[in-house]
Amino acid sequence: MGVKVLQPGMLATIQDLGRYGLQKFGVIVGGAMDSSSLRIANLLVGNSEGEGALEVTLFGTSLLFESDELIAITGGNLQPTIDGKEIPMWQPVLIRQGSILKFNAAISGSRAYVSFSGGIQIPKVMGSKSTYIRAGIGGFQGRKLQKNDVFECNKRTESGEDLFNQLKKKVNYLSWSVYHTPFITFKKIQTIRIIRGSEYERFDEESLKKFFSTPYTISTHSDRMGYRLEGEEIQLKEPFELLSEGVTFGTIQVPSNGQPIILMADRQTTGGYPKIGQVITADLPSLAQMQANGQVYFKEVTLEEAQWALIHQEKEINELAFGLHIKRLHQL
Amino acid sequence: MKIVKENVQIRPLSDSALVIQVGEGINEATHKKVKSILNLLENQPFSGFVEAVPAYNSVTVYYNPVDVYFSNLEKGIKTPYEDVKIRILSLMNQPHIAETTTDRVVKVPVVYGGEMGPDLEFVASYNGLTTSEVIKIHSSTEYLVYMLGFAPGFPFMGGMDRQIATPRKETPRLTIAPGSVGIAGSQTGIYPLETPGGWQIIGRTPSRLFLPEQSPPTLLQPGDRIQFVPISLDDYTRAWEMGTWE
Repeated sequence: MGVKVLQPGMLATIQDLGRYGLQKFGVIVGGAMDSSSLRIANLLVGNSEGEGALEVTLFGTSLLFESDELIAITGGNLQPTIDGKEIPMWQPVLIRQGSILKFNAAISGSRAYVSFSGGIQIPKVMGSKSTYIRAGIGGFQGRKLQKNDVFECNKRTESGEDLFNQLKKKVNYLSWSVYHTPFITFKKIQTIRIIRGSEYERFDEESLKKFFSTPYTISTHSDRMGYRLEGEEIQLKEPFELLSEGVTFGTIQVPSNGQPIILMADRQTTGGYPKIGQVITADLPSLAQMQANGQVYFKEVTLEEAQWALIHQEKEINELAFGLHIKRLHQL
Repeated sequence: MKIVKENVQIRPLSDSALVIQVGEGINEATHKKVKSILNLLENQPFSGFVEAVPAYNSVTVYYNPVDVYFSNLEKGIKTPYEDVKIRILSLMNQPHIAETTTDRVVKVPVVYGGEMGPDLEFVASYNGLTTSEVIKIHSSTEYLVYMLGFAPGFPFMGGMDRQIATPRKETPRLTIAPGSVGIAGSQTGIYPLETPGGWQIIGRTPSRLFLPEQSPPTLLQPGDRIQFVPISLDDYTRAWEMGTWE
């Protein structure tokens, strides 16, 4: 019973929406890099949207299903296959016992999410299923998945069970899938919206001009903790001492080498570098799906626009949840 | 006690977080204000409040703008940020009971020097002191924990004697053992987890700083005072085996 890891691939971890309430102790939030894809994956299989799911990075992960399971794959297109045949994303799929799910290589985006109906059977640690690798807690035994790991799924919810039974009667995959463009775009060159950072005024005008008019390339030294950018150097008007304070997902810091770093899901809780900007929450999923060597252009928006973009996105996801509910009631 | 608002500024960090800036610099008076704002927010959270993180002279407040929007934008208020800002300011305007809890003193046992503190000799020679003088100076001060950050349970402390201040190592070590006690500039700190780092390592404690199975999950809390207690290597080994040092 359960799901066995045949190949862990580049990096596969269990993530949910993160560990909140403990940042004052220095405990990071973590969680899915692309939270929209994680939420949609869960909604598709009848889970609560914040259930723990598998975050598969770039390529190589393969899983053997030792029992029939209802899953959904969302996020970046890592060319998932079942027993070598293409499998659709962004819809609920029934995987039969004995099948092998493989992620071949990313053709768009960089992280795929696999939700399992009922959720992966692992304990919550400090309120979350997210893997906190550095502290060795959460997720699957506090670490990334390894070859021969086996995990099971919890009992499906009522709606999950209904979906499971409906799909079991079908021979083909469903003819519909979720339209994800309101939540995430997958492009190699993207414009990312930001608001001004706390120390924006401390940067020299020439630097600010370059920051908003030239592309920044995501360095290969980027990971779940941060995206290091390479591009035009950013300078302060004059050096000054900044005391460490709270930072967040999407904070753009500029260390003394002038090359910005965007803090991502596994960021530390506090930081002491000057902050030039802050990626708006609505654009974080698209940014999190970018690969190394992708290019980012920054566009300034107001805080008001940022908050409205997020509220709008939230309304879209609520409508999606409702739509999926109706679809299930009408036999998919 | 009311929090004096004149010295308090609120600015956005993101669309889902804001910073309450309290004064300038690192000092105990500011620290007390930071702690009372934190308590106020945690005891009377506004709807949409997620969590708050204290730092030297600021409290960062994380909130969910969607929850704020759906629950209650006040009349005439255009954004969740403005709404939250008003709520925080009115919270700080209420009279509230001052913190009466006395500061805790936490004893942290340390084996200084040798394999456990490979940079003790360097810190001594850099400052023209003997190693026992460094140990004496380091363990005879009480340190105030201003904030936790960098790693779970890592204390940002103030109060180290400048006589033992030493710059960071030019090349950081790839791994530093958990419990390592270090000096960087005029700061001292303790590494809760195995991490890379550039601090001068002068000793190691058998005390665990990160306790994920407990609540709160860290040995030290902001506002604690730390007293380092020199112990022998034998004490250290025994402490490891027993799980306690006293």
